[in-house]
Parts: sequence; C-alpha cells; structure tokens
Amino acid sequence: MEFLQAQLPRYLDGAWITLQLTFGGAVLAFVLAMVFGIMGTVRSWLLRAITTVYVEVFRGIAALVVMFWFVFAVPDMTGFELEPMFAAILALGLNVGAYGAEVVRAALNAVPRAQVEATVALNLSWFQRMRLVVVPQAWAQMLPTFGNLIIELMKATAVVYMVGILDLTAVAREVRSGTGETLAAFAIAFVIYYLIAQVLIFGMRLLERRANQKLGRTPPSGGGIMSLLRPPSVGTQVGVAK
Amino acid sequence: MPPSDTPENTTAPGVGDGVADGPLIVFDQVVKRFGDLTVLDHLDFDVAAGERVTLIGPSGSGKTTILRLLMTLEKVTEGRINIGGEPFSHMPKGSGLAPASESYLRRRRKSIGMVFQQFNLFPNMTVRRNIMEAPVNVLGLSKDEASARAEELLDLVGLGDKIDAHPTQLSGGQQQRVAIARALAMRPEILLLDEVTSALDPELVAGVLDVLREVAETTDITMLCVTHEMGFARDVSHRVMMFDEGRIAEEGHPDQIFGDPQEERTKTFLKSVLENGH
Repeated sequence: MEFLQAQLPRYLDGAWITLQLTFGGAVLAFVLAMVFGIMGTVRSWLLRAITTVYVEVFRGIAALVVMFWFVFAVPDMTGFELEPMFAAILALGLNVGAYGAEVVRAALNAVPRAQVEATVALNLSWFQRMRLVVVPQAWAQMLPTFGNLIIELMKATAVVYMVGILDLTAVAREVRSGTGETLAAFAIAFVIYYLIAQVLIFGMRLLERRANQKLGRTPPSGGGIMSLLRPPSVGTQVGVAK
Repeated sequence: MPPSDTPENTTAPGVGDGVADGPLIVFDQVVKRFGDLTVLDHLDFDVAAGERVTLIGPSGSGKTTILRLLMTLEKVTEGRINIGGEPFSHMPKGSGLAPASESYLRRRRKSIGMVFQQFNLFPNMTVRRNIMEAPVNVLGLSKDEASARAEELLDLVGLGDKIDAHPTQLSGGQQQRVAIARALAMRPEILLLDEVTSALDPELVAGVLDVLREVAETTDITMLCVTHEMGFARDVSHRVMMFDEGRIAEEGHPDQIFGDPQEERTKTFLKSVLENGH
C-alpha cells in the first residue's frame, strides 16, 4: 500500500502521456481513415491507387519502425528535429489510419446499392450523397471495428518508451529498476491499462448505441446505462427496411 | 382538395422546356444488353407530355430496365433516348453526340422522379428529412419551405401524423406512401413507378394505389408505371404497352388491351396474371 501511495503520482503522469498518445493518434488515424477510406470508393483510379499505396505501406511497416524513422532518420536527412511525442503520434496515427481506411472503405461499400439509387433518383450530387446518406449509414458499421482499433492503438503506445517518452510502460520499467518490486511495478501498470481500455470500450459502445438509434434500431431490452457493459446485440448491418 | 395542396407543377425548368409539340420521351432504337443477355432489343416508342403509360409483361421482358434507363441508373448499349426534344442518353459534343457525362445527366434528370419496389427510404433520417433533404440540397429551398412542402405532401398521402417517425417504425405501405411523397417533393415532370406495390402485403396495396390514383387525377405529371395491378392500370393509364423479350408485343388503350387483346402473348400473360389472383 505504501508502495502504491509513493509511486502512484508517477504512474498517473505516465498514464496521462499514454492517454495523450492514444487520443492524438486516434484523431489522426480517424481523419486519415475517413479520407483514404472514402478515396478508396471513388471512380478515379488515381485516387484509389494513392489509397492502396498508403494502406499497404503503413499496414506493412511496424509503427515502431516508422517512429524510429521520424525520430532518428528524419533529423539526419533534413536536420529538422521532430518532437518525440509528435513523432510518436504521427507514427501511431499513420499505422492505425491505414487499418481504419480499410474499415471505412468496406463499410461504405456495404451500404446497399438501392440506397445509392435512391439518391440518384433525387438528383443528389456525389458529395451530398456521401454526407447525407452513405457515410451516416456506414457509420454504425464502422464503429465496432473502430472500437477494436482504438484499443489496439492504446496498447501500441507502449512502444514509445523506446524513443524516450515516459509513458505508463516506461514508468513501470523505471519503478521496477528503481525499487526492485517487479511484480508490483508491472501489476499497477496492468490495472491502469485495463481501466483505460474499459473507459474506451464504454465510450465506443455509447457511440454505437447512438448510431443504431439514429438508424431507427432501438437498443435491446433494458437499454439503461448499464446495458453498455454488454456488447450490443443489435445487428450492425445496414439493410433496406422492408 | 384546394389546388394549392396538389403537387402539380409543370413549370419546373428542365426536360420539357419549349416543346409544347412533339413527344416528351422518345426511345430511338434502344438496345440494352447485360453481357450476352439482350434486355431491350431495338426498342422504339414515344410518350407524350402528361401521358400515363403502363408497362406490363412477364418478368425479364425489359419493363423495369426502361425505367432504370430513364432514371440514369443504367446506360443504353445502343440507340438513343431523347427527352423534351433534346438528347438524354447522350449529350451534344461538337457536331455529334457523346455518351452523357455525370454533370450533364445531373442537369437533365432533375425533372424525373422514381418510386422503387423496395421504397428505399433512408433509414438514417426521419420521414420529414427523407422528404426535405433533396428539395433543400438540390432545389435550394429553405428549410421552412421544404418542411412545409413535406407536411403538405404527407397530408396528401394520409401520413401527416408520421412526419417525425423513423422509416423502420412504419409499415411497408406507409413507407411506400412516404417514398411517393419524397418523389413528389422534387416536383417531377416525369414520375417512374417500378412495381411499387409488389413488395407489399395484400391488405396494404389499396392504400398506395389510392394515393397514386389521386396523383394521377390531380396533376398532369407524365407517368410510366410498371405494375401487375391490372385494375389500377386500367383506371389510370392512357395507354398500356405489353412487353415480351425486350420488344413491344402489343400496345393500345387499356380497354382494348385488357378487353380485347390481339396478340397471343398478351392473352397468355393476362390469363396467368389473373390466375395468380391479381
């Protein structure tokens, strides 16, 4: 207990860094996923080719290598130093964004063709169709996978200690080497990672529930706030109402 | 119903400008193939402005494809479609014609509306927004104007109390009536009806057909209607076209087609429809 009291502030500082990395990476990944995911569905082969290159390159390279590259190689090449936090967020965002782009593309393509035909019959432009019909319907389908990706992203932030950032994992390592309490040092980190993950899952389920309500699918019985502790049982497939 | 409540509008700019004479829609040797399958085979026909035409025939005879070509959901393989005296499937380029571009189609199809077999309402919007969004975004109406138009049209189709419902909360018949209101909100000059009652339970069919009868009586929208509802076809249409294997087997006034069909294929088809309880 004393150990916990003494070390907790350091852990909370580390957790705060982990949260910042998660949040920053998620925002960047989300923007990249939407942009490249939508580009992956357009008719222009050039835009689709750019998407493919982005997705394949950043899905295929470990985020850690990209981060090393930003932190060590870029200054060598350009003489321009990147802030490690910034480099880490960039590397994580680019990596997770590549996975996200595939999720977005698949969800957009899963919107029934009949819905697109209805937008043609109403003479909506491509942009209006995406904004009003296709993206809002695909959204509910993206969210469960986005939920997994943000958890993966949060856990992937643990590699940043290798460029000298004092995140939760780095704190745990320091505490272990400083105190020799290997078991306690890592146990505290486990619990904090777990709690962060639970909060993220809870938030994503809230978004999922709202998205399903917007599509006129009411949540399963009960539906109170506690129901968010279970995964939603409503189908995530967007279908044409019969 | 006072005149202001009707969706009547023939002044919308677009397809029919400056062609008081001459047919509104012209199919000129139209061929549509899907791979090796020829769906429409050198098809020629005209539709006059304000005319209501019913397309009947066995499935696969090309009726729905005609509507889909007019809604620009498909492209012709050969031949041409003209609307309002101007090319529709193609666009003028230099001294000749080129296949219509997306922006050309967007300009030309604005006076055409379509109601689908499966309704295709947008599940992410309330009934009100389903009807409002296109008038606001495409026609440039203010939100208040579009909302008022949505209310007016929902009253017309008998669903004024459902304006804030979600499509999933409505029965199939109600959804289809909303879809009709949504199409009418764009003040189309041409309305395409693609088997609009085929997906409905029998007891819901009458309500939808009553709405369409009212639209037919109170407006002069040109209507092309693919249906198996022969009673409805007889009541509202000026002309019935019987299709078979991508060609018109027989056409004429509904009384003639239903009362005194000349072609063997028409007789066989009408008999089979009657036997199926329509």
